[in-house]
Amino acid sequence: MKLETQHFTQTIMTTSSRTTAAWIFLSPALAVIGIFFVLPVLAAFTLSFTDFDIYALGNWDYIRFVGFQNYIRIVETPLFWKALKNTFYFVLVGGPLSVAVSLGTALMLNSKLAKFKSLYRTIYFLPVVSSLIAVAIIWRYLYHPAHGILNYLLSQIGIAPIDWLGDPDIAMPAIIIMAVWKNFGYNMLIFIAGLQNIPDDLYEAAHLDGASWWQQFKEITIPMLKPTTVFVVMITIIGYFQLFAEPYVMTQGGPLNSTTSIVLLMYEQGFRWWSMGYAAAIAFVLFAIILFFTVIQMVLQRSVRH
Amino acid sequence: MNKKKTQILLNIGLLMIGLTTLAPVLWMVSASLMSSGEAGTFPPPMLPKLPTFEHYLALTERLNMGRYFLNSFIIAGAVTLISTLLNSMAGFAFAKYHFKGRDKMFNALLAGLVVPAQVTMLPLFLMLKTMGFVNTYVGAIIPGMASIFGIFLIRQFVMAIPDSLIEAARIDGGSEFRIYRTVILPLCRPILFTLALFTFMGTWNDFMWPLIIMTDQSNYTLQVGLASLMGEHTLDLELMMAGSVITIIPVLALFLLFQRHYVRGIMVGGVKE
Repeated sequence: MKLETQHFTQTIMTTSSRTTAAWIFLSPALAVIGIFFVLPVLAAFTLSFTDFDIYALGNWDYIRFVGFQNYIRIVETPLFWKALKNTFYFVLVGGPLSVAVSLGTALMLNSKLAKFKSLYRTIYFLPVVSSLIAVAIIWRYLYHPAHGILNYLLSQIGIAPIDWLGDPDIAMPAIIIMAVWKNFGYNMLIFIAGLQNIPDDLYEAAHLDGASWWQQFKEITIPMLKPTTVFVVMITIIGYFQLFAEPYVMTQGGPLNSTTSIVLLMYEQGFRWWSMGYAAAIAFVLFAIILFFTVIQMVLQRSVRH
Repeated sequence: MNKKKTQILLNIGLLMIGLTTLAPVLWMVSASLMSSGEAGTFPPPMLPKLPTFEHYLALTERLNMGRYFLNSFIIAGAVTLISTLLNSMAGFAFAKYHFKGRDKMFNALLAGLVVPAQVTMLPLFLMLKTMGFVNTYVGAIIPGMASIFGIFLIRQFVMAIPDSLIEAARIDGGSEFRIYRTVILPLCRPILFTLALFTFMGTWNDFMWPLIIMTDQSNYTLQVGLASLMGEHTLDLELMMAGSVITIIPVLALFLLFQRHYVRGIMVGGVKE
């Protein structure tokens, strides 16, 4: 009896000391995330209902709550709608294009007929790890209307020079081409992993049944790759909604605001003009959009699994 | 279509994509070695007539590039060291301790991945401004000191470590911290290295936060310095290419050296159905 009690107290002691240990291990990371991530998110929400501006920056006494005024101002600003349209353009055209190129290259690299696979895989991945700023600068010169290499190559096949970054109708497609070039390697790797997870005997059985390459692709590869595809599409879309550095470096949002993105607008309002209340409201609109797409992803993923 | 034909077409396709991927990078290196104005002639030259390092010299001697490089190195290095330590401790705790509310807390953290970092930037700036950290290394390092993704990555890895190893160390009388240090950390070496690599390269390439927090030119990171240089020296194509080379080379070298480790991070973080 006595022994049992002793054992019992000992168990409680070790459990509580382990819980203490767990909290000691957790607390530094949780403190950083709590103070420098969670708190700012809540503060941003509050900020979006104030008129925090350059005067408030000097003296916080100037801050006033203004209710939904920032959000109303957003809806009434044509430039916001323009930025929203541009961002959606980038996401809905650039996103699927990126994923398609990633899938295409993954299929090619996964083929038994392909040579130098690992070399190509490395090369295709180089733009992913390269600094976006440097890449944007390189492409700005490649796109130069007078002496850029792209126009030179086009002139060789008889196409007149294109004002890539100077024409409001072409600037965004130009940024999309660059983004596809920079990013396709990342999703390609994820697709390759997904392809390698498909059991070989599925293809062998189909082959024995006399299924063509296209039939195998349609009936085996596409369905088996669905979970990977849903995942890849969503991370790409979420990432592309945060478009910022490309227009910042290449076009400054121009020409005629044709490449101004939501985040660029937020940056300019918040950190150039110090309209931080207004900028916080813009940030929350972005958040709401991303949240919406994430919920869609979760629903899709659930339906794929069942 | 017969097999031979398919094979030839496929490999030509791969080669073309490879060239398209490499060409801009190679051209960057080539143009960085041309003398001023040479790359801007028509038709665009592919190779320098007489390779010169003058732009690299100008960047490091006159244009502060060495300083930017150092700033980037210090910030990325500090973020990597601190966050790898904090994330590994938290990941270990989430994987191997049972305490009340653990799973709820972990799920809440994962939900935080949905919030784009841009949402935090405005209040974070104001917060760091009142703390006096605007325009300092500390300000640039702070938001990266722990990461949800890092904690997740470590947790996944530690969960696969058998409990019996930890129990054995406890019977030997090891304290919990000792277990972390002598059992968990050595076993986690591969994933820690992967995470460190990810963090270093990610922080090195980060643009928006250092752009916001560093207000003095002498505190710019390479990315911010390069972007601001672009504003002043748009016409110095060769100079800008040399700056791009300096900015890209360190991470490219890290990637080529440790590719296997880097790819593992994508696999663990990416294919997590």
